[in-house]
Amino acid sequence: MKKYDVVTTISYPKKGAMGKTGNWRVFKPILDKTKCVKCLRCWIFCPEGSIKREKDGTVSIDYEYCKGCGICASVCKVEAITMEREVKK
Amino acid sequence: MTIVIDTGNHIAAKAAVMAKPDVVAAYPITPQTTLVEDIAKYVETGEFKGEYICVESEHSAMSACIGASATGVRTFTGTSSHGLLLMHEMLHWAALARLPIVMCNINRVVGPGWNIWSDENDSISQRDTGWIQFYCSSNQEIFDTVIQAFKLAEHEKVVLPVMISYNAFILSHTSMPVEIPEQKIVDDFLGEYKPKWKLDVENPITFGNIIGPSGYYKVRRAMWDAHENAKKLIPQIAKEWEEKSGYHHGDFLELYKCDGADYVLLAMGAIGAESKVAIDEMQKNGIKIGLARVRTFRPSPKEEFIKLGKQADLIVIDRNISVGLGGALFSEVKSALYNKSDAKVYGFIAGLGGKDVTYKDIEAICEKAINGKAKESEWYGVEEA
Repeated sequence: MKKYDVVTTISYPKKGAMGKTGNWRVFKPILDKTKCVKCLRCWIFCPEGSIKREKDGTVSIDYEYCKGCGICASVCKVEAITMEREVKK
Repeated sequence: MTIVIDTGNHIAAKAAVMAKPDVVAAYPITPQTTLVEDIAKYVETGEFKGEYICVESEHSAMSACIGASATGVRTFTGTSSHGLLLMHEMLHWAALARLPIVMCNINRVVGPGWNIWSDENDSISQRDTGWIQFYCSSNQEIFDTVIQAFKLAEHEKVVLPVMISYNAFILSHTSMPVEIPEQKIVDDFLGEYKPKWKLDVENPITFGNIIGPSGYYKVRRAMWDAHENAKKLIPQIAKEWEEKSGYHHGDFLELYKCDGADYVLLAMGAIGAESKVAIDEMQKNGIKIGLARVRTFRPSPKEEFIKLGKQADLIVIDRNISVGLGGALFSEVKSALYNKSDAKVYGFIAGLGGKDVTYKDIEAICEKAINGKAKESEWYGVEEA
């Protein structure tokens, strides 16, 4: 990757450039794998790349970076993702 | 080389087009209008081959220049007064983003009341945006400064936007003879623009993202360092332009008859040019006074002010006012001299609202200071109701 020799607000692509943004979350998406039909709409719509796509076609959620925006739950056609308030257990 | 007789705005347009920017984005405003109209004319004649973006406001003009410059192309615009003020947010943006945009600002009164005459308060109020600022006093100087501005802005040790200010109507709409060099001289002088950074689909980055306190602090410090570098480069670039083109308008100050002077008058823009006549008249009367016309306002030529303060008492005329403090140049000269020189410094506010400042006025100002009748700072020529 080419780096520029200038001190300004350039961000280079890397995983978690702003740190572990998962701790920003208020609501947490919970995926019910028994309902999931592997359509990948959540993977397409997630603005943070926090839906992990596995080799077998299933998905899982990367809670280290998921900010809990709820878009995945909103776009899921089979209601396999629900949002639950984050609580300390 | 050819000599043309034309207005400051038309000369600025000619210089901008000869610098071959890839993008010009502008919105017309009196008294800048004939500058951007003329660039539009060069689109018609085919002399300007870049993109000309007509936008719906000055905020958009600067935003479009920022977008264009961020893709790594040479960019130019022009504005005035309220147009410049509407750009204010984006002026900070352009400088923090380290985008070498070149812009002409035609110094015009800020309203209300509605007034289109000359006054520096528009650009003075942008002094903390990080832009390099020059003030011109003739149409030849406008040409030379616009060309040099691209070189300075794009220099790898600077990478900052540059604003070239000149007086409404006194320069913008007044014809003077100007020597225009061959295109090849400008091409050789500027060379091909090599951006220090750019948005590039082949090498994706994001720009202007969230940044923490320590990172932001570094960005500000880098801007400071770039201004310090500009201080070294401004005289060098002027010298190089003189060697290539044969003319010399550059450097921080234009010194006029300062050798052996007991008093030095400091002023910017057209008042600086008019002052030469006043200096000649006063010298005829045996007064040892010279002129230092300030053409670089940012970076501040502090060291040059100190040199003057070690030689003479200083009289500063400001066609601007920081209300509640005083004239901007006056305040900055005093600040530079503190602990370095015990010269007396007198400040005069003159010519606000475009009020004419003739050489007779300038003589009256200087003589009042020299005769010990001036307060440390005062207003000249405010008429009683």
